[in-house]
Amino acid sequence: MDPLLPVATPPSNPDGGDFFGKSRSHSGGMRRSTDVFGILVATSAGIVPLVILALLAFLLYNAWPALHFNGWGFLTGNSWNLGNQYGDLVKVRGVEVLPGARFSILFLIFGTLASSVIALVLAIPIGVGAAVFLADAVPPRLRNSASLLVELLAAVPSVVFGLWGYVVLIPFTARHVYPLLGHVLAFIPFFGPPTYNGYGLLTSGIVLALMVVPLITANMREAIAATPAALREAGLSTGATRFEVVRKIVLPRLRLPLIGVSTLALGRALGETMAVLMVSGNAINGLPHNVYSPISTMAAFMVSQLDSALQDPSGMAVSSITEIGLILLVLSMAVNGIARLLVSRTQPR
Amino acid sequence: MNASATSALERRPSLRYRRRYLTNLLGWTFYGVFFAVLAFALLDIIAVVLKHGIPAISLELFTKPTNGVSGGLLNAIIGTFLLTFGSLLLAAPVGILGGIYVAEYTASPFARAARYLSDVLVGVPSIVFGLFGYLAMVTWLGWHFSLLAGCITLALMIIPYILRTTELAFRGVVSELREAAYALGASHAKVTLKVILRACRGRVLTGVLLAMAISMGETAPLIYTVNWSNYVWGGHLTHEPVGYLTYVVWSFINEPFDSAHALAYAAALLVTVFVLVITTSTRLLLSRLDTHKPH
Repeated sequence: MDPLLPVATPPSNPDGGDFFGKSRSHSGGMRRSTDVFGILVATSAGIVPLVILALLAFLLYNAWPALHFNGWGFLTGNSWNLGNQYGDLVKVRGVEVLPGARFSILFLIFGTLASSVIALVLAIPIGVGAAVFLADAVPPRLRNSASLLVELLAAVPSVVFGLWGYVVLIPFTARHVYPLLGHVLAFIPFFGPPTYNGYGLLTSGIVLALMVVPLITANMREAIAATPAALREAGLSTGATRFEVVRKIVLPRLRLPLIGVSTLALGRALGETMAVLMVSGNAINGLPHNVYSPISTMAAFMVSQLDSALQDPSGMAVSSITEIGLILLVLSMAVNGIARLLVSRTQPR
Repeated sequence: MNASATSALERRPSLRYRRRYLTNLLGWTFYGVFFAVLAFALLDIIAVVLKHGIPAISLELFTKPTNGVSGGLLNAIIGTFLLTFGSLLLAAPVGILGGIYVAEYTASPFARAARYLSDVLVGVPSIVFGLFGYLAMVTWLGWHFSLLAGCITLALMIIPYILRTTELAFRGVVSELREAAYALGASHAKVTLKVILRACRGRVLTGVLLAMAISMGETAPLIYTVNWSNYVWGGHLTHEPVGYLTYVVWSFINEPFDSAHALAYAAALLVTVFVLVITTSTRLLLSRLDTHKPH
């Protein structure tokens, strides 16, 4: 027998188990170094941590001058100012910048978080409700096609969402919805008029909600369908209606998966670029006055400011944009890292 | 029927019963409305794109490049094609092989780390990949805005996605198949590539197709790495910006010209139709795979 063959003991469990891992890590005598295939696949998988390291390294290296120049004030001020384009470079805190240059992005951090929170507030109830409807109210014959209607929303390119927001949602909400909303909800802070022209925080939140909702619906629908039938039957046998079974037995069990998938949705909303760029109004250097005010987000701002940043001969503007990218990278990795831990911990066993 | 039973039946339903009935009715109505809102949003997006896009389709679209804000979309169609297939060509082998590693070496801590980090990487915003591509390839390597910078950036984005879908496909293969192949004396590489990969190639393919739809619909990372060009690709991998469809949607819709709007809608129509057709056929393929399991 060829000594290079892996020791083929049958796997202990059907889903792959730890068959290969065990045979590899515990069989010291095996000549692993000649296993070209093993090296090839391991190298391919190794690309992933390498990409993460490269992302962090390149962004950190290029953001370094900005980190130094902007300091902590980067997070607390509302001033994105490239400085006097025609002035000579001046030395500030050891780095050369245009005179008057100042970079801080509190308004972007606020816009990013606020639009994502609005998106989740809308997407969680709608997503869960639609999931229950698809799992329990739609006849099995139509279930796949009906689910497809929701899940295809996730496939629509971001820029097409932006286009739709631009030509349909903004004219409609600005003309018919927001004036009414501002009138009726005037007693709630930040919901009163003026309702502006439709480009803004609430519109961004609505578009983001539509973009992340399929994630919530698809996951929750599967989780609802995976609820043991015995639990439902027990509920029904006590005289509860199907709705009461869903509300009081099925959904409470899915609280943790819902938190996990909502965190994933949050991660997606935080980094969404093109759609927000097209409907947010791209406000700069100021916090929104109410939910209808124009805003911008970190991701959208990185695209809208690229051209002007390239004009800065000191390179500080590009470095500061890189600092935004670095914050976005760290934030999204943290949110997704937590979300994946939550999701994997709560996956049905 | 005796008198007491009649009165019991005719008694008005208790307040509690009516409240329950009303809650049930309202609850299902709300859930149904939520679903309807989402379905309506999708159908409206498709309707708007079709309504404005179809009148904008002409022969010129496919034969002429853009000229300022008018002309055709030949340059963008070719660019999107090159970027999509270029990135797929780079990402598919790496993603599939990486997925095989993560699926087959489950007990290795490195495999578990690679899987977890893939999930984290899938969640990194595409604009961050674009910025990385700009810093690493456009400026540091000095490639300028170019096809290759765009393809590599998109490839890095979709590798973790292909890796995870491949892994799930491999895990779906029953272990008897694997055992049988080993029992016949096949090598590790042979078992994996000739037996298991063949058994789950449909699922691996769906992952690759979905990744293709993702990279076809991307815009933000390309603005940072490929930029835009009015000319048809001249054959240079570096030092030459390229046009692509999603850029037309974003930038031409803001121009105050009807010709620009027509191009934006036509580009949106092409991208949306391609992406939705890919996604829908993937779903059909998956549900067929579910009904006739190959083994």
